[in-house]
Amino acid sequence: MSNYRIHGATGEWEVVIGLEVHAQVTSKSKLFSGADTTFGAEPNTQVSLIDAAMPGMLPVPNAECIRQAVRTGMAIEAQINKYSRFDRKNYFYADLPQGYQISQLYHPIVGEGQLLIEKDEKAGIPEDKIIGIERIHVEQDAGKLMHDQHPTMSYVDLNRCGVALMEIVSKPDMTSPAEAGAYVRKLRSILRYVGSCDGNMEQGSMRADVNVSVRKVGDTELGTRTETKNVNSVRFVMAVIESEVRRQVDLIEDGGEVVQETRLYDPDKNETRSMRSKEDAHDYRYFPDPDLLPLNLEDDFLEECRASLPELPDAKRLRYINELGLSEYNAHVLTAEVETFARFETLLAITAEHLGKPESDTATTVANWSMSTAPGVVKSLGDEANLEYATAEAQAAILKMQDTGKISGGQAKEIYEIVLKTGRSPDEIADTEGLKQVSDTGAIEEAIDAIIAANGDKVEQYKGGKDKLFGFFVGQTMKAMQGKANPAVVNQLLKDKLG
Amino acid sequence: MSVDKATVAKIASLARIQMDDDALERMVPELNNILGWVEQLGEVDCTGVEPMTAVIPNTLRLRDDVVNADPKTGGDRRDDILANAPAAEHGFFGVPKVIE
Amino acid sequence: MTNLTELGVAAIRDGVAKGDFTAREVAEAFNANVAAAQDALNAFIVTTPDAALAAADAVDADRAAGKELGRMAGVPIGMKDLFATKGVQTTAASHILEGFTPQYESTVSSNLWAAGAGMLGKLNLDQFAMGSSNETSYFGNVVSPWRRSGGSNTQMSPGGSSGGSSTCVSARLAPAATGTDTGGSIRQPAAFAGITGVKPTYGRCSRWGVVAFASSLDQAGPMAHDVRDCAIMLGAMAGFDPKDSTSLDMPVPDWEAALNSDMKGKKVGIPKEYRMEGTDPEILKSWDDGIAWLKDAGAEIVDISLPHTKYALPAYYIIAPAEASSNLARYDGVRYGLRDLPEGAGLQDMYAATRAAGFGDEVKRRVLIGTYVLSAGFYDAYYNQAQKVRALVAQDFEKAWEHCDVILAPTTPTASFGLGEKSDDPLAMYLNDVFAVPASLAGLPAMSVPCGVNSEGLPLGLQIVGKAFDEQGVLNAGLAIEERAGFTAKPEKWW
Ligand SMILES: [Mg+2]
Ligand SMILES: [Zn+2]
Repeated sequence: MSNYRIHGATGEWEVVIGLEVHAQVTSKSKLFSGADTTFGAEPNTQVSLIDAAMPGMLPVPNAECIRQAVRTGMAIEAQINKYSRFDRKNYFYADLPQGYQISQLYHPIVGEGQLLIEKDEKAGIPEDKIIGIERIHVEQDAGKLMHDQHPTMSYVDLNRCGVALMEIVSKPDMTSPAEAGAYVRKLRSILRYVGSCDGNMEQGSMRADVNVSVRKVGDTELGTRTETKNVNSVRFVMAVIESEVRRQVDLIEDGGEVVQETRLYDPDKNETRSMRSKEDAHDYRYFPDPDLLPLNLEDDFLEECRASLPELPDAKRLRYINELGLSEYNAHVLTAEVETFARFETLLAITAEHLGKPESDTATTVANWSMSTAPGVVKSLGDEANLEYATAEAQAAILKMQDTGKISGGQAKEIYEIVLKTGRSPDEIADTEGLKQVSDTGAIEEAIDAIIAANGDKVEQYKGGKDKLFGFFVGQTMKAMQGKANPAVVNQLLKDKLG
Repeated sequence: MSVDKATVAKIASLARIQMDDDALERMVPELNNILGWVEQLGEVDCTGVEPMTAVIPNTLRLRDDVVNADPKTGGDRRDDILANAPAAEHGFFGVPKVIE
Repeated sequence: MTNLTELGVAAIRDGVAKGDFTAREVAEAFNANVAAAQDALNAFIVTTPDAALAAADAVDADRAAGKELGRMAGVPIGMKDLFATKGVQTTAASHILEGFTPQYESTVSSNLWAAGAGMLGKLNLDQFAMGSSNETSYFGNVVSPWRRSGGSNTQMSPGGSSGGSSTCVSARLAPAATGTDTGGSIRQPAAFAGITGVKPTYGRCSRWGVVAFASSLDQAGPMAHDVRDCAIMLGAMAGFDPKDSTSLDMPVPDWEAALNSDMKGKKVGIPKEYRMEGTDPEILKSWDDGIAWLKDAGAEIVDISLPHTKYALPAYYIIAPAEASSNLARYDGVRYGLRDLPEGAGLQDMYAATRAAGFGDEVKRRVLIGTYVLSAGFYDAYYNQAQKVRALVAQDFEKAWEHCDVILAPTTPTASFGLGEKSDDPLAMYLNDVFAVPASLAGLPAMSVPCGVNSEGLPLGLQIVGKAFDEQGVLNAGLAIEERAGFTAKPEKWW
C-alpha cells in the first residue's frame, strides 16, 4: 500500500487511480484500410475512401494489428480471447467520419492481465506491486481538428482517422501519482519490448485517460471519479492526479460533490477543466458491427504470436541479477528501455568474446562502463562528441585493454574521448598517444627501488606496523611512473619489496 | 413501453435530427405504433438462444498489412476525398468552429 | 426487324454475338425508350445515354476485333441509385446525397461493366432503400407501367425499394436492372411488376460501394424478364471481394449453364405459417397453382413448419432500423452531400439541421426507431431479443432443410396497390414484406417469379427460398414454374 496521503481540513484522504492507455499499434497501414500510418504527413493525404466514410465503404481488418494486440496481451500475461467481436460506438463529432468508432465492448480480444511495478522507495513505492489490467481492446483512432487556422471554422484532418489503437484498461489499483507514473513507464517499456507500439508520447502514440477519485482513509467505497482525457506524458499523468486530487478534496471539504465527468488537462495552468464539448451524457448505443464477422483466433496463429515474443523486462531484469550478477539497481536501469538493454547486450557479447570469458565475468564492468563511464565521457565532450564513433567494437576494444591491464581506467576514458572526437581506433590511440600502462616490471622495480632508498624512515615505520603507509608508496610509484604504471603490478612489486 | 414527446426529443437529439414541436407531436404516435407492434417479440421464449452474429456461418478474414495495395482501399488520394466536400480549404474539411 | 427493346439479356447477348444487330443499336433503342418514359414513369434519377452508347461501342469494337465477349456483352442495364458509380451522381434517392459524385465504382457495377454491360442511367428507389412502394424517394414516386384493368388510370406502385428497377424492366426501358434486397426489396417489386428477381445468398454479391441500409441484410441481385436472364446477370454480379469482410470466398457456379427445370427427386416445402389470415384469396390460389406446377415438374410436395414466421417481420423492424441508424450517421454535411448551416450554428446544430433537411420522413422514422432500440436500457429488450428471434427464424429454416430442398411461398400478401393508398400507414406498408423478410433474416437465396395476373390484371409472384449457397436450386425451381405459368402479360403502353 502506498503511503500517499492528502491532508485535508477534515482529515486524511487517499486516492484511487485507474488508467486507460491508448497505444497506437505499430503497423504500416490502418486498422481497416490500406492508408499509410506514418506520422506527420500533409493533411488528408493518408486517407482512404474507407477512412473518409464515403457511402458504401466497408472495413477489412489488418492482420498485423490483431497480431500485435495478441502479443501485447501475452506480454502482460493476459487471457487471450479466441472469440472476439468488433462493436460500433456511436456518436457525432467532426473527427469521426463514420459517426461511430469501431471498437470492442462486449467481447474484447484480450481479457484480464497484470503488470508489475518495481519498488522505488525514493518515489514512495515501498515494494514491488502488481497492477491488474482489466482488458485490452482494439479500436480506431479519430481524426484531428485544428481550431486556430480560420476565424469561424475548424479544419478537419483525417490522417490519423482509422489508425489502430490498443486501449489498455487498468484496474483501479493505483494509489499514488508515483505508482501511476511507474505503471505508464512500465507499460511503455513492455510495449516497446514487444514492438507493438513505439511508445512515442510526443507524437501521440501513447495517451492516457486518467480516472481519479478520492476517499477518506479507511473508507472502502469508491468515490465519484473524473476522467481526464488524452494526457500525453508521464509527468502530466502525475500532475493531473495531483491537481485532480487537490481539487476533489477541496470540493468535498467545501460541501460540494464531485461530478462524474470528462475533463481536459491544461499543462500551462497545471489544472484540469470540465470538457464542455463532451458534456452531454453520452449514450453510445454500442452494438456489434454488422459489417464485420466474429473474429476467431486459430491455435497456429496464437502459437506464432507467443513464439515471437522477446524476453520481457521482468524476466530480463531477473536474469541480469541472477545470471550476470548485476546489482538490482543496474539491472533495473539497463532493462528499462529497449535501446539501453540492446546497447548493453551487444557490448557485453563482443567484450566477452574478445576476452574469451563468460559474459557473467565481465558483465559488471560492462554495466558500469555503459551506465556511468561512457555516458560521462559523452556528456563532458558535449557537442565535440560524434556519436557515430561510439561503436560497440570501439568500446569493447577499450574494455579489453582495460581488463588486460594495458590501460588504466583513467586512460580508458581519455582514449574514449579521442575515439568520440576522431573515430580513430582505440588500440592505435593507446600506442601512439602513450596512453598505456607500464606493466614492465623492470621499469617499475627501478622506480620502487629509488623510492625505498629515498624514504628509509617511512619504510621503517611501515615495517613497524603502520600499514596505512602502503598508499604513500603506491602514490609515489605512480607519480614516478607518470601515472602509467599498471596499479596491479605496482601493488604486487611493492608488497614483495616491502616484505 | 411507449415513448412520450420528451423521449422522442431525446432520441432525435441523439440521432442529430432537428425536430420542432409539431414534428415531435406527429412522431410520438407513429413511433408508439411501431414500438407497440415490435414488442410482440417479448412473447418469444429465447432462453438459451444466442443472438445471431453471422447470417452465414463464416469467420472474419484479415488482410495483410500493406500500404496502398489497392487505390480503392488505400490513401494518397486527397483530391478524391475532398472532391465532394461542401467546404474544403487548404486540404482540410471545414466545419463550423468547435470549442472544446 | 425485331423490336430490340422486347428482348431480354440472353437474346441481346446472343444476337450481338451472332451479329444479328449491334450493341449500339440495342443501346440506342433502349435510350429512346428511357427518354420517352421518363416524365411519366420517373424510373430514373439520372439517365446516362452516352455511357450506354460508349459501352456498346466498346463491345462492337471487341466483336469486330474478334475478341472474346463478356457474359453481358452488349446488354444495357439500369443501375439502382444505391450503387456508387464513378463520376455519376449517386443519391440513394435522398436529398442528403443530392449532387454527390463518387470517385469510385461499386464492385457489383464494376463486375457488370467488365462483363460488357452498359449503363442506361441511375434508377429511382425508395429513399435509402427504405420503403415498399417507391413513395419515399426525394426525386418523386416511381410510377408502375401496370394499371388496373378496365381503363383505370390510378397510378400504381411499382413496389420498393427497387421500384425504379422493376418499372424499367417491365416497361421495356431496360432488359434488366440491378436491385438490392434488405427485406424483400428485389422480390416484392419484381412480383408487383411481373418480372423475375433474385436475392442471392448473403455474401454472394459484394456490398462494397453500395450505399448501406442494413449491413447484415443487404444483398444485391438481378431483376430481369426471366429466370435465365437472372442467372446470367447474377453470374456477372457475384464473386468474392476482399474489400467486403462478409463476402463469400467461394467460386461462382455457372448458374446459366446448369439451369434445369426437372424437379424429379426434389422436395418442395410448403410452410403452413405462410397461410396467414387475411391473405388475398387470389394470392393463395396462385400458391396452389405453383404447387401444382412443381408437382408436374416432378417434385415431391411436403408440408413444413417455420414456427417463428410471425415474429420475423417485427424482428426485422428492430434489426434493420438499428443498423440503419448507425449506417446513416455518416451523412452529416461534413465531407459530401447536403450541408445545412443555419446562421450562427455550431457543429452539432449543423448536423441536426442537415439531417433534418436531408432525410425524408420514412428515413427519419427508421433512424429514430433504430436509435431508440439501441439506446441505454433498451438494447437487451429490443435489439438483443430481435437478434435471438432472428437466430430462431434461421433455425426454423435449418430444420426445414431436413425435409425439403426448396420452399415455395407467395412473394407478397397482395398485388400492387395505388400510389398513396397505403402511404400514411407505415405498419400496413411494412406488412408487404411479411413473406419476404424471413429469408432475408436467414441470409438465404430467394427469388420471385411471375405466375399470373389477378382479377384486376395486376401481376402476382411466387417466391422460392433455397438453402444457403444453393442459388441453382432456387433458379431451377423458378424455371419449372416459369415454363408452366406461361406468363406473357405485359403492361399496356400508356406513357
Ligand atoms: Mg476511455
Ligand atoms: Zn478508446
